[in-house]
Amino acid sequence: MIDKTTLPGRVVRVALLALWMVITLFPLYWILVTSFKEPGAIAAFPLRYLPHPWSLENYTSLFSKAQFGVYMGNSLLVSITAAAAGTLISLLSAYVLARFEFRAKGALLLAFLVTQMIPAFIALGPLYLLMVNLQLVDRKGGLVLLYIAMCIPFCTIMLRGFFENVPDALEEAAMVDGCSRLTALFRVIVPVMTPGIMAAFIFNFVNCWNELFLSVTLMNSDSNKTIPTALNGFISSFNIEWGPMAAASVLTIVPTMVMFALASRWIVQGLTSGAVKG
Amino acid sequence: MAVTDRASPPSQRPAERSSPALPRRKRQFTVRRGLGLLGFLAPALVFVAIFTYYPLVRGSEMAFKQWNLYDLRHTPFVGLANFKTLLANPTFYTVLVHSVVWVVGSIVPQLLIGFGLALLLRRRFRFRGLYQALVFFPWAVSGFLIGILFRWMFNGEFGVFNDLLRKAGLIDTNIAWLADPTLAMFSVIVANVWYGVTFFTIMILAALQSVPDEMLEAAALDGANKVRTLFHIMIPFIRTTLLLTVLLRVIWVFNFPEIIYGMTGGGPAEQTHIVTSWMINFTQAGDYGLASALGLIVVAVLVLFTTFYLLALRDRDAR
Repeated sequence: MIDKTTLPGRVVRVALLALWMVITLFPLYWILVTSFKEPGAIAAFPLRYLPHPWSLENYTSLFSKAQFGVYMGNSLLVSITAAAAGTLISLLSAYVLARFEFRAKGALLLAFLVTQMIPAFIALGPLYLLMVNLQLVDRKGGLVLLYIAMCIPFCTIMLRGFFENVPDALEEAAMVDGCSRLTALFRVIVPVMTPGIMAAFIFNFVNCWNELFLSVTLMNSDSNKTIPTALNGFISSFNIEWGPMAAASVLTIVPTMVMFALASRWIVQGLTSGAVKG
Repeated sequence: MAVTDRASPPSQRPAERSSPALPRRKRQFTVRRGLGLLGFLAPALVFVAIFTYYPLVRGSEMAFKQWNLYDLRHTPFVGLANFKTLLANPTFYTVLVHSVVWVVGSIVPQLLIGFGLALLLRRRFRFRGLYQALVFFPWAVSGFLIGILFRWMFNGEFGVFNDLLRKAGLIDTNIAWLADPTLAMFSVIVANVWYGVTFFTIMILAALQSVPDEMLEAAALDGANKVRTLFHIMIPFIRTTLLLTVLLRVIWVFNFPEIIYGMTGGGPAEQTHIVTSWMINFTQAGDYGLASALGLIVVAVLVLFTTFYLLALRDRDAR
């Protein structure tokens, strides 16, 4: 390359990258700082950019005054179950959509894509009634079922992209050796695709962990609430207590942020492989 | 889009395409294989059919009924009455205009910043992986929570945004960002721009990395400067990705009420509502008839927009 970067060019580049990083991370920094301030110091002048003194009171009050531990447990349980089941089911459908040609294939993919584009609120009323009839209102199992359905379309599209990177000679060979298709899939292909599958799982997990409106509609008893539902209760009250609110936000963001950072490379690949080709 | 294209070339004997190595075996077991494939697809189909499509269809039906959650015994068919009620409500038009402002005001800066960041990230450098993992973090957070974070930062009294502006000497007195309709709209858009840049960066970066290096080198040899390379080589090369990403994002942002819901709840005085956040009011009141009618209007608007967008592209390409 001729234009090996010049020094001023490099300085500008680094400065711009640094600027965007500051802009991106600032809200996170600010909620962290807020969460570690003493409750009295949050709404006080002058604004301090580091807690002084540091305090865990916002966190402890979350667990003593509100049942935040219960909400976190519910969110974890529901999200892990739904994400795992959703990934498994999508794995099977993505495999078929990646490997075989059949007449309904185009329609099927379109049907999956369309679900991503229709405002979900149209479905909210009938979904509530359906859950009433199935006696699944205010039950974690009911929420899990809905979240599995929520995960499947996009997860299928994403995993299909990963399957297309794996040569089909691999499972053909295994099948010649006498494996059934299902065994070949799980013994031969899944191990090769582990990073992609993990990315899909994490993507599903994050979506379930963050889901708000279904959970608000269905979960009304305190012992069944997930974190977003609880947060919704916090901001709906007339006077928002920003200390515990900040602490709750931090506890909500950190798990998904860590997972995302670990898998970001694969998630980026999964997001783009479908879209760029398409 | 092209996802469907790929399936459309009509292959008369579909079984032959996937594996030319074992044609005979495949043809013999067509029925069995068909059933096997169905077995693989069935769980996904069942879930999506029951919990996504069934409620969607029933919901569309509700648009033509008087249907209130608190009066389930009386749900008569009312034809277009729900649509008429909506069209007679002046807020409907405000909300529609706000949706357009919200989409355009969010997407244009997202695209520009996202493109710039993708250009900066195109060439490898040390810690690029770490940088991306940090800077892409908004993706892991829900729009609702982003709304809450920005609500706190834009707080009129104790918000850090006012404090920074005062320190920079740009303002003397605090601004009540979320109490004034125009400023509140501006604030939710700022939050949304911040949130959405990542998506554009990821998509554009992936597309830029597919531009062959030889093309860029050839351009450099011919004496093209960076700006010309950008406009005459890179952008034409990734045009399809750019246009489809914008289309997908327009649809998505139009349907995205979470930030507004968390940040202003549509206030002050309903002045920051977009169509889908306004819809939440109806569902919370249990009036699913009106909510569904509004939802169908959204679908119609988006289908129309998509059609015109794709037609306009095709016309330009044909010329």
